[in-house]
Amino acid sequence: MKGRARFFVPLAAFVALAALLAVGLTLKPREVPSPFIGKPAPAFTRPQLKTGQPDFDPAQMKGQVWVLNVWASWCAPCREEHPILVAAARQPGAVPIVGLNYKDEGRAAEDWLRRLGDPYQAVAVDRDGRVGIDYGVYGVPETFVIDRDGIVRLKHIGPLTAEDWTREVVPLLNKLKG
Amino acid sequence: MIPELGHFALVLALFVSLALAVLPIVGAARNDAAWMALARPATQALFGAIAVAFFCLMASFVNNDFSVVNVATNSNSELPLPYRIAATWGSHEGSMLLWVFMLSGWACAVSLLSKRLPLPMVARVLGVMGFVSVGFLLFILLTSNPFQRLLPPAPDGRDLNPLLQDPGMVIHPPMLYMGYVGFAVAFAFAVAALLSGRFDAAWARWSRPWTTAAWVFLTIGIALGSWWAYYELGWGGWWFWDPVENASFMPWLAGTALIHSLAVAEKRGAFKAWTVLLAIAAFSLSLLGTFLVRSGVLTSVHAFATDPTRGSFILIFLAIVIGGSLALFGWRASQVGFAGRFDKLSRESLLLANNVLLVAACGAVMLGTLYPLALDAFGLGKLSVGAPYFEAVFVPLMAPVVLLMGVGPLARWKQATVAELAGRLKWPALASVVAALALPLAAGRFSPMVALGLLLAAWVFTTSLVLVLQRARPSFAQLRRQPRSFWGMVVAHVGVGLFIVGVTMVRGYETERDVKMGVGDSVPVGGYRFTFRGVQEVQGPNYVAGRGTLDVQSEGGGAVFQMFPEKRMYKVQGMPMTEAAIRSGLTRDLYVSLGEMLPDGTWTVRVYHKPFVDWIWGGAFIMAFGGLLALSDRRYRVAVKAVELPPPLAAEPPTAGKRPQQQPAAT
Repeated sequence: MKGRARFFVPLAAFVALAALLAVGLTLKPREVPSPFIGKPAPAFTRPQLKTGQPDFDPAQMKGQVWVLNVWASWCAPCREEHPILVAAARQPGAVPIVGLNYKDEGRAAEDWLRRLGDPYQAVAVDRDGRVGIDYGVYGVPETFVIDRDGIVRLKHIGPLTAEDWTREVVPLLNKLKG
Repeated sequence: MIPELGHFALVLALFVSLALAVLPIVGAARNDAAWMALARPATQALFGAIAVAFFCLMASFVNNDFSVVNVATNSNSELPLPYRIAATWGSHEGSMLLWVFMLSGWACAVSLLSKRLPLPMVARVLGVMGFVSVGFLLFILLTSNPFQRLLPPAPDGRDLNPLLQDPGMVIHPPMLYMGYVGFAVAFAFAVAALLSGRFDAAWARWSRPWTTAAWVFLTIGIALGSWWAYYELGWGGWWFWDPVENASFMPWLAGTALIHSLAVAEKRGAFKAWTVLLAIAAFSLSLLGTFLVRSGVLTSVHAFATDPTRGSFILIFLAIVIGGSLALFGWRASQVGFAGRFDKLSRESLLLANNVLLVAACGAVMLGTLYPLALDAFGLGKLSVGAPYFEAVFVPLMAPVVLLMGVGPLARWKQATVAELAGRLKWPALASVVAALALPLAAGRFSPMVALGLLLAAWVFTTSLVLVLQRARPSFAQLRRQPRSFWGMVVAHVGVGLFIVGVTMVRGYETERDVKMGVGDSVPVGGYRFTFRGVQEVQGPNYVAGRGTLDVQSEGGGAVFQMFPEKRMYKVQGMPMTEAAIRSGLTRDLYVSLGEMLPDGTWTVRVYHKPFVDWIWGGAFIMAFGGLLALSDRRYRVAVKAVELPPPLAAEPPTAGKRPQQQPAAT
């Protein structure tokens, strides 16, 4: 690039960045229509994070309404979301929350739960991300609500806020529990 | 009454800053001395008004005035006084007030220490800072009023986040903000130079001490934050590459590049346009960091559902300040011209290479920080970028920076020769390679990353030594004549080396054990034996804690000492906190944190042995000390005086050494 034009390169770069940030501001956590809604939750068997526990299989949850939360210790939005899950798990009559620890290191994950509290009834370890592929996970965190018959009823992409939890998840859980 | 007074002072400050943003700059353009002369008193009045507001907020916290929303949500009557004071900047609103308070503080310092600067320059610099203040004051008043009343008042407050109830947190944010905001001075100088079209060496000389000062604060601020994370989060890590940390690290990298390019701009008149751009970039990154942290755009997209005005406001302000200054840069920079030719191999070219690498590293951090947002913006999903990315890109970029750091100061300005450099560098190179191979073997375990780290550290130490010896010719008495800025550079570089030692050793040789312990059980870690003596309940001012006792003895014998890790429960927020026990030493830290009590009455205990971990922060503080040494260089004070004289015809202003008859100006 010649002459004066090149001195405007930083400005152009900034305009692009500002546009990106402006788009970022308008983003709403959209509920991506997921092909999984209304379908049976994909089956898998994975070891649990806590040693000495039997492998986890969604079939074990048959007959209960439950929540599957995909998380990882390296994921900052998960840290934002975590207190909401911890608080939800403490509610009387809370539905079981199962964690799927996605592409994480066991030690870091355990650390994370020890530090921030453990809302999970069980944590299945998906080290290679294969279960994540089956569940169509393309960003962490993601949260699924699964009904008594093992059918996926809700998929929430991105961190849950307290508002999401009370407005979106809780009414659905109550409805499913009947 | 006090909150209303504070609110009023803020409104007053807004009007003063409006006047400051407009009148002196217009005055400089029209060459109206009276309007330009307004800059200094207006700046000082601005500082006074904001200080009143800031101390009013602090008074509300100290007095437990729970009729103020901010106090009710971030403090508690049982909170100890130092933390009530720190709670002033513990919330969003309070931290923005601290931001603008510091900005006006820096502006006030410029107004007091710029007696020797030409009036139009002072007017423009202070005007630009006034303009930035307008934006932040408007932001506070319109979207984040810290003095909002709560009626009826709360009976008691919701308490400060327990994570922030820590001595490190009392000083960390002010230090960090001093650094962030301090780059506003370099920015203001750059914009003033663009406005005036004057880019002489004097401009670089004026900017240098301010930039260094801001960099010193930022370095200390980041180091304190990292140290706090290490001992407060209870899991022994010291840097997590999360967006908030990156937001402070990006301006630091740009600021480090700026310090070096300012040196070239001042001494050789080269890289002027680049330097101006870096000055704009360093402050823009501070603003961007503020935006990222304050808007919640990165960690939680929802922050906007609750208050969309905040994010949009900062973004518009960002667009005006950064976009405006870059447009001005595009328009004016072509007039800067290129002075000071230099060879492909010269100190200039080496510094330029270092600059480019630092900026690339900064870009890599920015990419990692913004990538999730970009992906989201294009509808490609949401994800997180974690430490593996940053470590993978950062080491390859910073390793050459450190190698160049050893070469640069030994190379001649303008033109260096390979033969000469090779002659100066052969012994450091040999010594570094030997150290890199021998030390890991001596430590018992060889790994390529440890070898690389020790190679880089040894390279920094040995090249610094060669540099000092070079300056000691023909006799050591010569060293006493070296300016403080030279020693500042040496010390700061050695600090980088110490930092690298710390990072390398702790990553390479850290040991940790996660064990279940009953009373009387013991575990060996890193050459020490830890024996568990049980847990007692203790009462804190606003928490209850289980306090564990461990007897620790070196396996080679020696005195037994005790460590007391705690598990605290903060009463108001019901938040459990791990308070690790740390025994620090020059060559290692012992770090014990208490986990959960198990049903059988035993406890999970985590024990770390972290070799050389304190060198990480020690290195950072020594870097900052190097900056302070450079700041105290007499040259700046004398050089500022020289500006008073009729403008020199040559581009190079007279150097200090040529004017021994001058007294150091009172600065």
